[in-house]
Amino acid sequence: MNNKIINWFKYASPQSFYPLAGKMIPWFWALAAIFGGIGLWITFFAAPTDFQQGEGYRIIFIHVPAAWMSMFIYIVMAGWAALGLALNTRLSGMMAQALAPTGAIMAFLSLWTGAFWGKPMWGAWWVWDARLTSALILFFLYIGFIALQAAIDDPRRADKAGAILALVGVVNVPIIYFSVKWWNTLHQGASVSLTKAPTMAATMLWGMLIMALAFWMYSIAVALTRVRAIILEREAHTEWVKELPEVKGTGQ
Amino acid sequence: MNWESPAAFFAMGGYGLYVWGSFGVCALLMIAEPILASKRRKDILRSLRRERIAENLDQQ
Repeated sequence: MNNKIINWFKYASPQSFYPLAGKMIPWFWALAAIFGGIGLWITFFAAPTDFQQGEGYRIIFIHVPAAWMSMFIYIVMAGWAALGLALNTRLSGMMAQALAPTGAIMAFLSLWTGAFWGKPMWGAWWVWDARLTSALILFFLYIGFIALQAAIDDPRRADKAGAILALVGVVNVPIIYFSVKWWNTLHQGASVSLTKAPTMAATMLWGMLIMALAFWMYSIAVALTRVRAIILEREAHTEWVKELPEVKGTGQ
Repeated sequence: MNWESPAAFFAMGGYGLYVWGSFGVCALLMIAEPILASKRRKDILRSLRRERIAENLDQQ
């Protein structure tokens, strides 16, 4: 128990997190590639044709993982932001900032793939439906967070302002998730639910879960890559950054 | 395997535009984002190295 607490604080400093992240990144890329390869194989070769939607339903294998990630990354981002507000730790704000663009991309992908799925199945690229509208708001929240942070020069103040926006925006996540239950929407219900047995074929379910894992690994890898850049930018004038082999020119 | 030919694979049973429009944009963003993120780190490293050289010159 004690050990755990010590480790936490050790890696909470940018100085020790920077090399740790550097070591983890290749592993997450490798996992992303493995899960992505298996997931794509299931998507296009193992999963059978849907009896109602033909081959068009295959969009589900990226649509659902992207939508899940867009919500999940937001919660993690808001969690880091809250931690930064409460404990004033340096790394928290950097993590929140590193996650935002990836979350925005996931939110965009869920909207984009949703439109490309909605057009052939519903006959419309877009409808002002509860699920779609709340997902669009999530995308705007990410953009707002990024823009707000970019507009404030002092990084510590930018972190605080961003944290408040991120925390207020959290209210939107359960709205997205439950929108298909609370309102009559064109969007179908949850594909996977904790309370009910899945209604889809096992191959499709596995494909979706493995693709979701691939999206997870991708998001972690890219966010860690970005947080390393942010650490260097913000800690540029500290001694430990000046002593890094990649700054001294003796290493990568 | 459910495809009779490569052409059938690309046609996606008439849904080609929608399926490839989704997967294409997804692939594009997932290639571009990591490139931009690692470029951001390379850029800051380059300017840190320059600063270091400038500091060394000042000291001489």
